Amino acid sequence: MKITVNGTLEETTADTLADLLIALGYGESKVATAVNEDFVPATMRAEKKLTDGDRIEIVAPRQGG
Amino acid sequence: MTDFYGVELGSRLMLGTAQYPSPAVLAEAFRRSGAGVATVSVRREAGGGRAGQDFRDLIARLGVRLLPNTAGCHSVREAVTTAQMARELFETDWIKLEVIGHADTLQPDPFGLVEAARILTGEGFEVFPYTTEDLVLAERLLDAGCEVLMPWGAPIGTGLGLSNIYGLRSLRAHLPDVPMVVDAGLGLPSHAAAAMEMGFDAVLLNTAVAKAGDPAAMAEGFARAVEAGRLGHDADPMEPRDMAAPSTPVLGKAFLE
Repeated sequence: MKITVNGTLEETTADTLADLLIALGYGESKVATAVNEDFVPATMRAEKKLTDGDRIEIVAPRQGG
Repeated sequence: MTDFYGVELGSRLMLGTAQYPSPAVLAEAFRRSGAGVATVSVRREAGGGRAGQDFRDLIARLGVRLLPNTAGCHSVREAVTTAQMARELFETDWIKLEVIGHADTLQPDPFGLVEAARILTGEGFEVFPYTTEDLVLAERLLDAGCEVLMPWGAPIGTGLGLSNIYGLRSLRAHLPDVPMVVDAGLGLPSHAAAAMEMGFDAVLLNTAVAKAGDPAAMAEGFARAVEAGRLGHDADPMEPRDMAAPSTPVLGKAFLE
């Protein structure tokens, strides 16, 4: 299915958000996630099913003012 | 010392972490500033998360309290989701809430700000709203559950200083017991001193230090200005007057008729 990850269209076979993070190499990283602009806590990622057209945000700590 | 959501800080200077020429310069600026709070953000990650981890390590070494922001968010939904992601990443209920209303001036969207503040305080966040000096908006934010306010000095990144002295003075006078941080628009240590002399509890700045030719020296300049301004406020300043009044005693002067 086609999804958008951080603004870029991608093809994935991952069923869940947790699987997607592993597939993209974020397995061990401390990141936070949202799907279609709703926050998905780390503890819910394994249950969060992905569907075609989903928009995923994967964020990490950065400099800020 | 003022407390911010039950936390007493050793310094009245809060400092941003963006735009420094290097991580080493950032760390040195923090050391010289004595700041007790660092603002941070969340941004899209790429490459497996290494950039985030590097920054996390850097700020851990600063030994300061973190205040994550929702910088750049233009809608309530974006701001709320960003705050939720920041809380998970930084493990703090503190959030500097920005809901931007105008792309050029970066001024807050007062309506979205109040709505987002209400949602976030309902979820247990301790909200530091980036707001204007508008008194009515300030009262709405307090009604929404905010216990701290962060009125702007001037638009973000301008370095113009306190552009509405009357408005800030009026806000401070009407809400004397609310902890308030003047956030954004400060360019020089004298701007910070002026805010402290007016009775604000702290100042938050970033660009003025990060973009100075010598960020560490500027950080120390701001630290001293904040202390000087606060001392001046606490010392009960004299009233200004229009007519001159001699400070040296007239009585006993030679050649007096």
